[in-house]
Amino acid sequence: MTALVPLVVILPILGAAGALVASGRPRLQRTIAAVTLTAVLGIGIALIAAVADGGMLVMPVGGWPVPFGIVLVVDRLSALLLTVSAAVLLAVLVFSIGQGIADGDDREAPVSIFYPTYLVLAAGVFDAFIAGDLFNLYVGFEILLVSSYVLITVGGTEPRIRAGTTYIVVSLVSSTLFLAAVGAVYAATGTVNMAQIAERVQALPPGVQVLLHVMLLTAFGIKAAVFPLSFWLPDSYPTAIAPVTAVFAGLLTKVGVYAILRTETTLFPGPELNPVLLVVAGLTMLVGVLGAIAQADIKRMLSFTLVSHIGYLIMGVGLGTAAGTAAAIFYTVHHIVVQTTLFLTAGLIERRAGTTTITRLGGLLAASPLLGVLYLVPALNLGGIPPFSGFLGKLGLLEAGAAANDPLTYAVVGIAVLTSLLTLYPLVRVWNVSFWRPAAQVAEGSRLTDELHEDPFRPATVDTRSLAAPMVLATAGMVLLGVGITVFAGPLYQYASDAGATLQDWPVYVRGVLGR
Amino acid sequence: MSVSIALLGAMAVLYACGVYLLLDKSVTRIIIGVLLIGNATNLLLLSLAGPPGAPPIAGSGTSSDPLPQALILTAIVITFAVSAFLMALVYRSWRLAQEDRVERDAADVAIGQGDAPEPEEASADEESEFDRPGAEQ
Repeated sequence: MTALVPLVVILPILGAAGALVASGRPRLQRTIAAVTLTAVLGIGIALIAAVADGGMLVMPVGGWPVPFGIVLVVDRLSALLLTVSAAVLLAVLVFSIGQGIADGDDREAPVSIFYPTYLVLAAGVFDAFIAGDLFNLYVGFEILLVSSYVLITVGGTEPRIRAGTTYIVVSLVSSTLFLAAVGAVYAATGTVNMAQIAERVQALPPGVQVLLHVMLLTAFGIKAAVFPLSFWLPDSYPTAIAPVTAVFAGLLTKVGVYAILRTETTLFPGPELNPVLLVVAGLTMLVGVLGAIAQADIKRMLSFTLVSHIGYLIMGVGLGTAAGTAAAIFYTVHHIVVQTTLFLTAGLIERRAGTTTITRLGGLLAASPLLGVLYLVPALNLGGIPPFSGFLGKLGLLEAGAAANDPLTYAVVGIAVLTSLLTLYPLVRVWNVSFWRPAAQVAEGSRLTDELHEDPFRPATVDTRSLAAPMVLATAGMVLLGVGITVFAGPLYQYASDAGATLQDWPVYVRGVLGR
Repeated sequence: MSVSIALLGAMAVLYACGVYLLLDKSVTRIIIGVLLIGNATNLLLLSLAGPPGAPPIAGSGTSSDPLPQALILTAIVITFAVSAFLMALVYRSWRLAQEDRVERDAADVAIGQGDAPEPEEASADEESEFDRPGAEQ
């Protein structure tokens, strides 16, 4: 079983090489990419089955004994996130095949490099999830970031270059900080192996501990888009092509959240910075959702709700209890699926109606009832309407928060409830204005959109085209996956609870990796 | 652990200059800033390797620590790749718009300006480092 672990990184890298060689033959490229991601999905499911009883798969790469060489570790959390990511990557791949990664002014997009880069991105995401040492985590981050630089600027149009520059520079700052933090951790503890760091970090002076902790959290906070380090996200994500935005929204910030979760549970299990995390979580939720209310563009609105919901995940981590961690894990899985689905639906709207600016949209429900279903189900899910998984995840977080007995946590729980309510407003406004409003009334405007400002630089192209079957199938598959999470929430929540309990008990991880 | 004061000083200067350049709006300067910060971080890692002069191979008393050097090599490669990409980006930006400045987000500007968004205002407040020929090439 251990032999499967490195394959989740090797296969996408080999697939990328193969797809690059086959750059003149799009059909072969797509086949390679789809086969690779399907294989990783299969491996992910096998890994879940292998670690579901609480075991850990530890793979010392190159046969070097554990604390010295690179080590790959799969526990319950890694296996779960790996599998969900593979499923999401596969669905978005199918969507991009249908879309032909071309909408509006992107008809010259260099398709031949899209699939190889996409597979490299997948390799980076998977590597980050199974990294057993801090430097390998850094390398995983760099793999996914460098390929994300290429993907966010694919096509090279002017707005994309502008947004890409912001994104790249912010990511570079975060990476540099992360690298410096790795160096500082190595200087303080003499190792970069996460299990060994966990053992040795307790013996450090408290000041040094806090310094290292804050450096790592800041670096990961930028990647996870936590307020006040989140300004770059709504600025850069919406300009990319639809499948790229979808996969970035679903996965890249979650890799940051995963790194924060590991830092808080394995490297620095102490509660010193938990109040800071809770305050930051509350602000992230509130500022994110208030930003979403002001947006006229569906993609920008969704980017702000993405930031807002990162706050829920950080809240779960910041509670520092097994219940909080479990709820955060469940909510991460739910949010990866739902946020990706909504961005894919936004891509469908863009293809069908030619724009995603809600002041120009109308009559979508009459034009395409299927599109209405594909939007409404994940939107209600994100808004936390029972019985969907968003409701279950939020309920878990609120319960875990209410179990703590201090005013700060209660305040954050209150903000979480308020944010949940406010999230519904922009989502339902899109429904009312774009789907329910008759197309004939678009010119009159609507009281719901009076206060919104359109992007004055965005060309008002209204280029209605029919939807390609793979796009609809992929989105429908993602909606079904979201419903599936709701239906199988019982076993999944149980799995997340087990994972959360193991994470909170950090010596388990240390014993598992170091084999003592 | 003793640290070479010269390395430390060089690192501080590189970080300071790098951060200053990174905050500029010109992408060319940002690239130079990224390179300086990358090298400052490499110096930071190098100064963690212990005092200079120790032999590189184990078995002859105290040897120098190979791990920070491996980290630096990886970091150099990554910085190299990213700067190459950034240069391609600034070239593309130059071909498209005849300038290398990072503009503000248009939709942000629209929300910030309230009721009357004026597209021209966003780029008028600062002059480009390059002359702007009127015609697109």
